[in-house]
Amino acid sequence: MGFQIIKPDTDYDFIGKRKYAYIISISLILIGLLSLGLKGGPKFGIDFAGGVIIQVKFEREVELPDLSSSLDETGLPALVVQRFGDRADHEFLLRTSAEDLTPSQVRETVENNLSQHFQDDHYTIQRLEMVGPRVGADLRENALEALFFAVLFIAIYISGRFEHKWFISAFMAAGLAGGVYILKLISIPLALLIFAAMVITIILSWYLRLNFALGAVLALIHDILITVGIFSLLNKEFDLSIVAALLTIIGYSLNDTIIVFDRIRENLRNKISSSLSKTINISINQTLGRTIVTSGTTLAVVLCLLFLGGGIIHDFAFALTVGIIVGTYSSIFVASPILLSFRPVVEEEGEEQEVLSPGRSKPKTA
Amino acid sequence: MKGNLRWKIPVILMVLITSLLYFLPSFSGVRDSSLAKIMPDKQVSLGLDLRGGIHLTLGVEVERAMERSLAQMGQDIRDQARQHNILILRPGVTDDTRLEFVLVQRDQQRELDRLIDREYSNLRVVSRTAEDEQRTRYILDFTSEYKEVIRDMTMDQAVKTIRNRIDQFGVAEPDIRRQQEDRIQVQLPGLDDPQRAIAIIGQTAHLEFKLVDEDADPQRAEQGIVPPGSRLYYQQVTLADGTTVDEPVVLRAETVMTGEYITNAHTAFDQYNQPYVAIAFDNRGSRIFERVTGENVRKRLAIVLDGNVYSTPVIQERISGGRASITGRFTVDEAHDLAVVLRAGSLPAPVFVMEERTVGPSLGQESIERGVRSAMIGGALVIIFMIFYFGFAGLIADIVLAFNVILIMAGLAGFGATLTLPGIAGIILTIGIAVDANVLIFERIREELRRGLSPRAAVEEGYNRATLTILDANVTTIIAAVILYQFGTGPIRGFAVTLTLGVLASMFTAIFVSRVLFDIWVSRRKPGTAFNI
Repeated sequence: MGFQIIKPDTDYDFIGKRKYAYIISISLILIGLLSLGLKGGPKFGIDFAGGVIIQVKFEREVELPDLSSSLDETGLPALVVQRFGDRADHEFLLRTSAEDLTPSQVRETVENNLSQHFQDDHYTIQRLEMVGPRVGADLRENALEALFFAVLFIAIYISGRFEHKWFISAFMAAGLAGGVYILKLISIPLALLIFAAMVITIILSWYLRLNFALGAVLALIHDILITVGIFSLLNKEFDLSIVAALLTIIGYSLNDTIIVFDRIRENLRNKISSSLSKTINISINQTLGRTIVTSGTTLAVVLCLLFLGGGIIHDFAFALTVGIIVGTYSSIFVASPILLSFRPVVEEEGEEQEVLSPGRSKPKTA
Repeated sequence: MKGNLRWKIPVILMVLITSLLYFLPSFSGVRDSSLAKIMPDKQVSLGLDLRGGIHLTLGVEVERAMERSLAQMGQDIRDQARQHNILILRPGVTDDTRLEFVLVQRDQQRELDRLIDREYSNLRVVSRTAEDEQRTRYILDFTSEYKEVIRDMTMDQAVKTIRNRIDQFGVAEPDIRRQQEDRIQVQLPGLDDPQRAIAIIGQTAHLEFKLVDEDADPQRAEQGIVPPGSRLYYQQVTLADGTTVDEPVVLRAETVMTGEYITNAHTAFDQYNQPYVAIAFDNRGSRIFERVTGENVRKRLAIVLDGNVYSTPVIQERISGGRASITGRFTVDEAHDLAVVLRAGSLPAPVFVMEERTVGPSLGQESIERGVRSAMIGGALVIIFMIFYFGFAGLIADIVLAFNVILIMAGLAGFGATLTLPGIAGIILTIGIAVDANVLIFERIREELRRGLSPRAAVEEGYNRATLTILDANVTTIIAAVILYQFGTGPIRGFAVTLTLGVLASMFTAIFVSRVLFDIWVSRRKPGTAFNI
């Protein structure tokens, strides 16, 4: 037997600790939401908010205050100057809203100003990006839609695959599509629409007893909320690459969740324990070695990207780092306990009496 | 050796060789060698974020094309009506893009309606309102089907015109395509002068010839007193001290000729070595120009480009032969660029830049170096860890991992997909997924071994049980990637393509290839020796 991190007989009581996990998760989500609320929503990068950014690289070190004060003279609206990447790169990012100016005019204004104030410091404009307000709004809508459809299709796939409820999940999808269509007719804002759709998804999964889907979807929403919250806390900006990262996190976290679920299903079928909570615990422990190795190697690669990949990819890598940690945590501490919580329990008789037949849970008996 | 290895090994070798054929030409060293002749002529193309260039989203103001079309129709209807002795006044386009005119005698209403019905099936009458006892105000609009036709024609012509202009500018591999909602996406890799490219693409180059209204007073026109049928324009004039001012000039609203008959345009120099643009008209254009100049000798003819008056030369005599020139205070570059846009045809409607992303070539180079370097370091860490943790099985995992990366690159080259910075991140993530598949299998084999199964049975059982899990996990990743592709743009799509390719490749390598390697290993193993995994 090769080297092992997790001993084969590990029997850690994950389910027993779920109350602490819930407290941690809920407080993390609340802190994130609070931060979002206080800041008036997520801080959008130019992809979503529109505006102009210019990346300038100097050949020699330039002090940030000098640069800022010289550029203030240009009178560009809402101008923000910040350092970009490592200090040794001498790179700066300028952003402005520039609603009435074309990108060429902004470039010209900046170039004139820099040539005047930094005659001896050679510089190059490495990147200029302009996103108009209409494009920004469209990109924002597309991103939200993408997140929503990803979660929806995943819920359908899981219900079909794990509980053989393809028909019910198709029914759920149809109901959801209908609901969304009606809501769209009365033209409510997209963000609200998606929030409503999420709520409908959760209620439908709960009502139709699609427990695996419910667990997975709640875990996904949990991951997204926490990642978004952390971004808000750290004042990081949302742009298209962050949406890509969020979708990747969804994919990754789900990967993790499904592997644990798969094992739970297999163990339920083999009836390795009479208690659902024990079965879940054993399943998590059995897959723990794999979870740690995989998360560890993926994290190692993503951390390389974070520290060595350069400025352009930095925020993307950061979102992935947070997402992998949160996703791994949620598949162990969130998704599986939810599976347990929503399984109908015969009242007042404790966990030992839970209904164990996978996929065909009986209605609550009172 | 198991019987089925007899066909599995050739299959794997074939896939490996094919993917190498697609992958290797991406290296310039291989491309230049004699090997290149037998290889497919494909390579991984780099996105603008990696090699520098311009990405533009242009909005086309289709409404303006409709306006122009309506105005044309208005003139036509007036002329036609006149032939039927119906008098129509002041045809014009309203602010909400509708055609408006006044019928002078109400008793001709039925006749006019019949004429419109017969000759202008694309128009529908929106309203007829009585102005006074005799006059009726008509408001007409295009039918919605015809609006779609105009929209399509406008967009197609805009794409074609922009392509023509860029071809003349000489950019390698430009990518111009129509997008949803009156938008055009333009990608120009590796360009050093983005400003000029954008200026050339964006110029409508709607060339018009209008007569100067000699009776009007430009100063009074500036205060808002413009004679009916005339409009106020501005002409840029360079003063003696080199500064420029906008001078008001009043032109007749009617366009006597447009630039659509231009067959050629080029830069020329006058006797003072000032550049100007010489244009040539086709036969029809020549005839019109000859008539217009013949009828207006001694008057000034204004040359208006995109609403700006360039010059107002006095017509000395009837001009035949279909040649004219546009003079103005051009620099050589300006004259050249103007000639380019005139030669390539005018845009059917003005365009404006909705989104611009310009990446300098040096940043692209730096990004790719850093991206590749960090990916290599990350990959190396994983490779070392796998051997450390799983021993010989880890080595198998590493071999299939390398195979995996080759497959992705070959896939990117084969499908002509573009590798972007997020794409590199996608490859890195794929490494994680590919490793995960192997880890799942190996951990499972370990479990089965612990349960006391023989190595061969444990391998069998491990692969069988892990395969379904891997499929489940990967299908969901593919769902996410497909959605990403559907809703994403530019680099995000690149990421989605890479991720999908990566997941597919990892399923092939982790489930199929590594299984074969394992089977070979197990079958070669001396009975009784320890099975280390």
